[in-house]
Amino acid sequence: MGIDRQAVDHVARLARLDLSEDERTRMQEELAQILTHAEKVQELHLDDVVPTSHSVPLRNVMRPDEVSPSLDPQDVLANAPAAEDGRFKVPRIIEDA
Amino acid sequence: MPEVLWRSALELSDALVRGEVSSVEVTQEFIERSEHVDGSIHAYLYATPEKALEQAGGSDARRKDGKLLSRLDGIPVAYKDIFTTMGVPTTAGSRILEGWTPPYDATVVARCEAAGMPTLGKLNMDEFAMGSSTENSGFGPSKNPWDLTRVPGGSSGGSTALVGAAGAPLAWGTETGGSVRQPASLCGLVGVKPTYGLVSRYGMIAFASSLDQAGPVARTVADAAALLQVAAGHDPRDSTSIPEPVPDYLEGIDSGIDGMRIGIVKEFHRAEGTQPGVEARVEEAYQRLEKLGASLEEVSLPSFDYGISAYYLIAPAEASSNLARYDGVRYGMRAEGDDIVRMMSRTRDEGFGDEVKRRIMLGTYALSAGYYEAYYGKAQKVRTLITRDFERAYESVDLIACPTSPTTAFELGERVADPLAMYLSDIFTVPANLAGNAAISVPCGLSPDDGLPVGLQLIAKSLDEKTMFRAAHAFERDLGWIDSPESRPGL
Repeated sequence: MGIDRQAVDHVARLARLDLSEDERTRMQEELAQILTHAEKVQELHLDDVVPTSHSVPLRNVMRPDEVSPSLDPQDVLANAPAAEDGRFKVPRIIEDA
Repeated sequence: MPEVLWRSALELSDALVRGEVSSVEVTQEFIERSEHVDGSIHAYLYATPEKALEQAGGSDARRKDGKLLSRLDGIPVAYKDIFTTMGVPTTAGSRILEGWTPPYDATVVARCEAAGMPTLGKLNMDEFAMGSSTENSGFGPSKNPWDLTRVPGGSSGGSTALVGAAGAPLAWGTETGGSVRQPASLCGLVGVKPTYGLVSRYGMIAFASSLDQAGPVARTVADAAALLQVAAGHDPRDSTSIPEPVPDYLEGIDSGIDGMRIGIVKEFHRAEGTQPGVEARVEEAYQRLEKLGASLEEVSLPSFDYGISAYYLIAPAEASSNLARYDGVRYGMRAEGDDIVRMMSRTRDEGFGDEVKRRIMLGTYALSAGYYEAYYGKAQKVRTLITRDFERAYESVDLIACPTSPTTAFELGERVADPLAMYLSDIFTVPANLAGNAAISVPCGLSPDDGLPVGLQLIAKSLDEKTMFRAAHAFERDLGWIDSPESRPGL
């Protein structure tokens, strides 16, 4: 199965990966090779088969809604690349009006 | 002082109880051995010798007071760097997490420390556990103690390189598609993939959540069982952990396998790419199981051939979602960018290695509009077929036996340029991950082709670890290899 350059660009944008030109070219070849192998699953007639998302059939795991200690915000923010006033700091998200 | 390095953890535990040696002495021996070999094998990403010795001192004090916390109190252990350790840097082998110091312990780490086990440090791995050789580590590969020009396997290759070189008696690894069993096989050790849900995933950095499971690396089967005992059991912090009591894995482990029914998989016989030396050793292993009283029976896993294809759709799909959290905002590195999308995209391009980017791309593609049903949806249905294959096989047998890896340890660099060849390393291990079954790799000697270790894999039903350990232990004791000098790489 082929994968064209446009699809590589689209997927890189969805995945938030600022790939270089070289990386995109290489990725296109490698993904095509891997997808050809993965294509094998298309041989099977699977219309009546129920998908398995998980090997353990647990559903709706509940616990009592009790207050318990959580992480100290200072400890958590200590790992942030940038923080200010007890919050994570990020570059501009909204353009000036 | 008695010999420490090449003895099993349970023998060391007995020596501690008899007062022949202290935990501080045992821990010190492994720290010195680690320092001696790590320049060659590069198993460690971060060693914590002071912490280990302090914890060992605490264990010796408890022993004096007769207040031991567990059978493994005072036995040191090391962790794959995928387990979070409070106050100790954790990277999952990725540059994107460089500099991160977790504010909490993984449940596996917390339970081992609560059992009195000193922490030796954090071990190398393929980045985010994606790989079969440790060559995808952001910090350079580990080397196989049997031959420093070869890979230790992966992704838990730091764990098996260290235990294989007697730098630690025990280590924790993790599996998604064979990442404990395959490197254990390549380093001449025991590696376990417990039933999915048996060991808590809390604090285990996520790769593919429906497949990820922690597993012990050890020199002997009984050691692996003892280490699993410490961490297994329900954890309210992991909603997929199984709320069942955990049996005593060592109880009855030496009761033999007389009358046990063991399945040999028809489709695995002379599977493409299996080395003759691996096949020879594994065939001998089947005969030994029969000699020990088991009956061998041919079983069929007809969907086996589709396992790898399904796995390499499901695992990247889940990874692409799990790895969305590395965005340069809350932890790890950040690249500059004048708006948030550029900042995130550059951070992820600079921080992730090639294999991780490849799998994020593959997974994003497989989940994207128009392709979801054809790829991810179909792969999940194949997962159902593989689970059914196992269920049908277990109607007539108690265990399934097969090779762990089609080859012995391969050369560093040999498969780096060929992602698909690397993926095929997992061909025999992936089915148990897809079905959630318990599985173990146990050494069956050296390959006549190249003198490197070969592993026998035993796959049990979900939550039937006891049968699995009993059979693997009977095989290991009868073979006697691990007790012989031949099992010690000349490093």
